[in-house]
Amino acid sequence: MESLLAILIGGLFACAIYMILKRHIIKLIIGLSLLAHACNLLIFVIGSTLRGKAPLIDEVTGQAPGVVADPLPQALILTAIVIGFGVTAFTIVLIQQVNQTIGIQDTDQLDSCDKFD
Amino acid sequence: MLTLILTGFLAAIAAPFIHKLTPRFSGVILCLYPILFFAWLLGFIPNVSAGESVLLENQWFPAMGVNLNFLVDGLSLTFALIISGIGAIIVFYASGYLKGHRKLPRFYGYLLFFMTSMLGVVLSDNIFTLFIFWEMTSISSYLLIGFNHETEKSRYAALQALLVTGGGGLAMLAGLLLLSHIGGTTSLSELMNQSALIGSHGLYLPVMIMILLGAFTKSAQWPFHFWLPNAMEAPTPVSAYLHSATMVKAGVFLIARLTPVMGGPEIWHNTLALFGGITMVMGAAMAIGQHDLKRILAYTTVSALGIMVFLLGLGGKYAVTAAITFLLVHSLYKGGLFLVAGAIDHETGTRDIRILGGLRKFLPMITIGALLAALSYAGIPPLLGFIAKELIYETSIQLPLNPAFLTIVAVTTNMLLVATAIMVGVRPFFGKHKETPKHPHPAPVTLWIGPVLLGLLGVVFGLYPGLVSDGLIAPGVMAVAQTTSAKLTLWHGFNFVLLLSLITLVGGILIFLLTGFVRSHISTFNKIAAVGPEAWYQLLLKGLIRFATLQTRFFQNGRLRSYFFYILAVFLGLTIYTILRTKVFDMIAMDLTDVYFYELLIVIIMLASAYLSVISKSVLGAVAALGMVGFGVALLFAFYSAPDLALTQFSIETLTVILLVLVVYRFPKLENYLSTRLRVKDAIVSVLAGATLTIVTLIVLQSPPESKISDYFLENSYALAHGRNVVNVILVDFRALDTMGEITVLALAVMGVYVLLKFRARKKEENNQ
Repeated sequence: MESLLAILIGGLFACAIYMILKRHIIKLIIGLSLLAHACNLLIFVIGSTLRGKAPLIDEVTGQAPGVVADPLPQALILTAIVIGFGVTAFTIVLIQQVNQTIGIQDTDQLDSCDKFD
Repeated sequence: MLTLILTGFLAAIAAPFIHKLTPRFSGVILCLYPILFFAWLLGFIPNVSAGESVLLENQWFPAMGVNLNFLVDGLSLTFALIISGIGAIIVFYASGYLKGHRKLPRFYGYLLFFMTSMLGVVLSDNIFTLFIFWEMTSISSYLLIGFNHETEKSRYAALQALLVTGGGGLAMLAGLLLLSHIGGTTSLSELMNQSALIGSHGLYLPVMIMILLGAFTKSAQWPFHFWLPNAMEAPTPVSAYLHSATMVKAGVFLIARLTPVMGGPEIWHNTLALFGGITMVMGAAMAIGQHDLKRILAYTTVSALGIMVFLLGLGGKYAVTAAITFLLVHSLYKGGLFLVAGAIDHETGTRDIRILGGLRKFLPMITIGALLAALSYAGIPPLLGFIAKELIYETSIQLPLNPAFLTIVAVTTNMLLVATAIMVGVRPFFGKHKETPKHPHPAPVTLWIGPVLLGLLGVVFGLYPGLVSDGLIAPGVMAVAQTTSAKLTLWHGFNFVLLLSLITLVGGILIFLLTGFVRSHISTFNKIAAVGPEAWYQLLLKGLIRFATLQTRFFQNGRLRSYFFYILAVFLGLTIYTILRTKVFDMIAMDLTDVYFYELLIVIIMLASAYLSVISKSVLGAVAALGMVGFGVALLFAFYSAPDLALTQFSIETLTVILLVLVVYRFPKLENYLSTRLRVKDAIVSVLAGATLTIVTLIVLQSPPESKISDYFLENSYALAHGRNVVNVILVDFRALDTMGEITVLALAVMGVYVLLKFRARKKEENNQ
């Protein structure tokens, strides 16, 4: 099933990139969220994909019951999900402000910071 | 040594505060540092005159061969004594020259920073520390030239000096690195043992060119000389110290220091003699055409630096003795004359020799200092300058090749220098007094003590050359040329050299008398110079700025699409190249046999949702589709043994969708900004990127990672942290600090959101009013 997930990751990645390139500020956020999903899944797949083997410790032995899923990538992804949400929330509010203040949704017109001379 | 150097930098930082504490005595207090250094250096004279060279070792970064080792031999000791001795005089002089100046505290800081860096340059034994100190002198020179940064000329001159010497410094760094690569060591004293290997190495020529670029730019050799006259925008104590007595001699020092390392091949000597020769004649000739005291002195300094490089190029016992003696003499008299020029400027308000005259009645002590310096400068016995000039002539008449031609060149240069000596050191003090912008008053002791002291040293060393010859010059010659030095005596008897000296003097006086005529001809010469190296510099600078503008406009064009394309192109290019090159393609195995039906279904729904969010024309539709993908991800987490992730993903996805819907439902229908052609192009790129990532994932999956960290967590989760859920234990226990960081990020995001909403609320209020 790793192969299936690999295809899924590629598909999400392609959609994300296409949306980021669309120059629309809303599509940009959605694209970035898709990108985050693809990345989280990528880390997850590289870790381990076992069915029904959550990394929980047996209370009696104090050890894992045989082979369990790798807990480290899961911890990393958990952090990534939460931080991703923080960033997304901020971006959403920011974009809403941009829309209300100047009413522009085309990222190519939001270029005053990169203009010089 | 290290302590003393570090004290210098500390003193530079402390200087402004010391000045604030006691503005009246700060100059005297800060003088103590160079005096202390000077006294400490004097302690090395017995060792050095006995032929030893002292290596003071401080390990700093031995693995990289970067050590703070200091080498005290005849050469570095001579330089270091000049730097600290004249440094003390300059600090004291500055306290009078810039008395009450708003930025005097800062000036002290810069000056001490420079002094310490310069001492570092000459005392370093390691090429890396040499380079660092070298660049620090360039930076302090930049700060000091631009001291009066309110004027545009100052800023221009400062930047020019920095770019020219900094550019040369970079070339020098490359040269030094190559040199250490060839020699297998970063220590200068060890490199000296490798001279045969270095001289015959295939990379010798590039190394030489790059190192000499550094030396020539620093020491203002033709065609890089132009920055030095412009650097006269600096306050006069700076010109006296950096731009005549010490910093500009760093290039000469480097050449002298590397002569035992690189001085084998003919080309080293020929290059030095050629560029030094051109510089010495050109500098002296250009000096005659000037009428600003400091500019005259600047061009003669260029000429003097040319003489030193020329002499080092000739090499051998006489030439090197002459070079080192001349180095000392020049620092004494040129430093003195600059201080005189500063005092004249300070008292009369002008530096134009055409209106200066008869100052001897008003500035008696300055006149004494000026005359002593001018006599040494013109090479008149019994001053040390005379001895130096005799040595130069003795060198040139004994040359194996073209002695006649080179003697004529040397005599001509010296004639011109004698004329300028009269222009600067004699002319302003005699004749009729003309009214100047300020009426001159006798200069305070701070201003005259320096020139008089330097002038007297010229006399004392001239009468008793033994004072410097055994302790400094002979060991210096030994360090550079590995021979005993030529004897320093005032009187060689009636011989050809004395005749040359007489001719020089008479010729110099004649040129001075004809300066009016010469100047009118020189002005055409100056016009030729206008299309010379400085014009090339300006052209190069303009070209550089234009290129920078163009490339910035191209890359930083304000379009997110372009930026994203650059990132994607690099990612795809490197990844695809690696995949093709390593031929890992064959390793990939697609295996879909163990897929459960519901898993397949979820994946298909997710892909369809993602596609839907791409093509959707309504904002809500796209957001809803994104939510579908997110919940799909959560389900996958749940299927594959990650219940915590699934829980988090569910709640976060819900929150995200709610937030998006709340915010974006007011957005108009999604517009399309791209033409069909661009969309097709984007689609191709996206699909290519997606396919690449799939392949990368498949390749990575071929070699499952073996993580010892995970095993550790599994084993110790219950034993050490008393938690059964390993993922949770990692987050709150093993990697608690990471989680702290995560919480901080969230807090920041919350604050950001709050501020943005607050901002909107206030805007609304304003609009309502």
